[in-house]
Amino acid sequence: MSSSLSNQQQQNNDQIAVPPTPRDILLDRIFRSLTTSFAWLTLLLIVYIVWEIGGTALPAIKEIGFGFLTGTTWNPNQGEFGILPQIWGTFYSSLLALFLGGFFGVAIAVFLTQDFLPHKIQIVLKSIIELLAAIPSVVYGLWGIFVLIPLIRPVANWLHATLGWVPFFSTSLSGPGMFPAALVLSIMILPTVAAISQDALSAIPSKIKEAAYGMGTTRWEAILKVLLPTASRGIFGGLVLGFGRALGETMALAMLVGNSNQLSLSLFSPADTLAALLALNFPEASEYETQVLMFAAVVLLFITLAVNIVGEIIISYSERSGGKK
Amino acid sequence: MILNRFLIISFLALQFLTFLCGCSEDKDNEQQPATENKVVLLHGAGATFPAPLYQKWIVEYQKNHKDVAISYDAIGSGAGTKLFISEQVDFGASDSAMNDEQVSKVSKGVQLIPATAGSIVLAYNIPDLGGRLRLSRELYVDIFLGKIRFWDDPRIKKENPNLQLPSLSVVTVVRSDSSGTTWAFSNHLSSISKLWREQGPGTGKELDFPGNAMFGSGNSGVSTKIKHSWGSIGYVEYGFAKRAGLDMAILENKAGNFIEPNESSPTETLANTYAQMPSNLRLFLPDPDGDTSYPIVTYSWLLLYKQYDNKEKWEKLRGFVRWGLLEGQKFSSDLGYAPLPPAVAKSALKAIKAI
Repeated sequence: MSSSLSNQQQQNNDQIAVPPTPRDILLDRIFRSLTTSFAWLTLLLIVYIVWEIGGTALPAIKEIGFGFLTGTTWNPNQGEFGILPQIWGTFYSSLLALFLGGFFGVAIAVFLTQDFLPHKIQIVLKSIIELLAAIPSVVYGLWGIFVLIPLIRPVANWLHATLGWVPFFSTSLSGPGMFPAALVLSIMILPTVAAISQDALSAIPSKIKEAAYGMGTTRWEAILKVLLPTASRGIFGGLVLGFGRALGETMALAMLVGNSNQLSLSLFSPADTLAALLALNFPEASEYETQVLMFAAVVLLFITLAVNIVGEIIISYSERSGGKK
Repeated sequence: MILNRFLIISFLALQFLTFLCGCSEDKDNEQQPATENKVVLLHGAGATFPAPLYQKWIVEYQKNHKDVAISYDAIGSGAGTKLFISEQVDFGASDSAMNDEQVSKVSKGVQLIPATAGSIVLAYNIPDLGGRLRLSRELYVDIFLGKIRFWDDPRIKKENPNLQLPSLSVVTVVRSDSSGTTWAFSNHLSSISKLWREQGPGTGKELDFPGNAMFGSGNSGVSTKIKHSWGSIGYVEYGFAKRAGLDMAILENKAGNFIEPNESSPTETLANTYAQMPSNLRLFLPDPDGDTSYPIVTYSWLLLYKQYDNKEKWEKLRGFVRWGLLEGQKFSSDLGYAPLPPAVAKSALKAIKAI
């Protein structure tokens, strides 16, 4: 009797709590060290990429120096290189995309989080918008060339004909150009902006919304004066991340922006971006031109890294302060 | 661009397959050929401009000559010349021949053989034009200099009074890669315009074009961009423009006549200028004479060494080049190239004999 009792106790002990065996400890240690090393490896990978690209670019950096950022010619024949038109085009297209994509992205986020729709339809719409992120870049490029450009060309050329004195409309839209590129780019960053803005809006404690209604606000007053300001940091972080994505986007832009080495304010003239420059020129580049292109890649890398880091900092800061509230 | 690359890769793969098939057929037809009849491998690389013609030659030639296997990589004039100088290929090919400095780097000596010729056209896309665009020499220089910004410019209107010229922006489409086509075109512009030569981009395989210029990769990349862009004009090899179904401008030549580009236009130009062919067979036609000459025409050269260490290899290569200069010229017109004038082919044949 007593022996069976002790057996039972032992079994219970097995099920409930035992000190970890040496094997458990070993496994746990291996697991921990593996996960930490993987985490560090990603960091190492970034450092390695920067190191490798920077190393290849070093001869070109030494030779061209700061003038690379302010030069406007790209002439491999005479060894003259400058990427100001590309830097300008990168920021111009991304900012345009940010205005369009940002506006629609935040509007969609408000629409989907503030009970305008039955819950089921909300979820369907949300996943459809997230699907936009799954469309390959090259498909966007083809769609832009064969559908979007013929669609917007008459409108653009009408704008040029009637408002040609405005610098933004000073040329006609021939086909590839800044405006179609920015339009496609805005669709591409829409899911990023919409998803992060939705998270920010739904992270607002329901008490705040109730309090706003309790003070007698209408729905729109509550959204515009209470909810959006409360979620503003998260939304802003989403915008910055969307901007970061737009800066580095390559394939669709290489197909749509027109690859033209010029500085122009006109929305309809062909332009170039850093990523498109890299995509077009790498295949046939000579050894020195490769170094120069690596220099351009370093510039692009720094711009996108900086923008993404700022975005992450803003988001994490907003999450922390949101928690305090 | 990616599509392009894909096409090239699949094309090469096809070549490889046909090559393999050829081999296996060999084995079927003749029971033990390998021991008695050794197959000589010849490898060449260079210009893309004449590549369709050279591939055709290789296929046709190997039908009757099973003892040689020739391969040609269309990697561009610049890259092909580089490989030829470092003696990594049996023959090279280039649209801009080789300059004296490059020739002096080859210890075995260089023999340039003009193998074919073609014309470069200005292809454009202007909707509802109602006719064919005529461009005088100053007009097309100024268009590529970016000085004429809109198609309804009074100077273009004056030259083309019957056309419905729209107020679209002029967009030029040019090559982004190192290209013999760009070299021949810019050489022509440099020779007809002081402004282009001295203040413009000058002559080169890769240039920084002024104005509203869009860059495209390869002859096919430029054709595609022209096709999708209203108000665009660009320079491409005749055959590419024709296959893409693009309109081609009528250009003014040195004699002041307006010449329409077509299959026979380079032939006329060559016939009008072959008397100028120098003894090294390096004749550029930056601005050809002759009333009927189409203005932008270029030869394309095969690059051969003056000495070959392997006698057997040279025998086979000579057989192929000879055949190309004689029989091979029949295939030119179909593919949009010009057959060589008999006198040029004759001097080329003489040159191979001397090697």
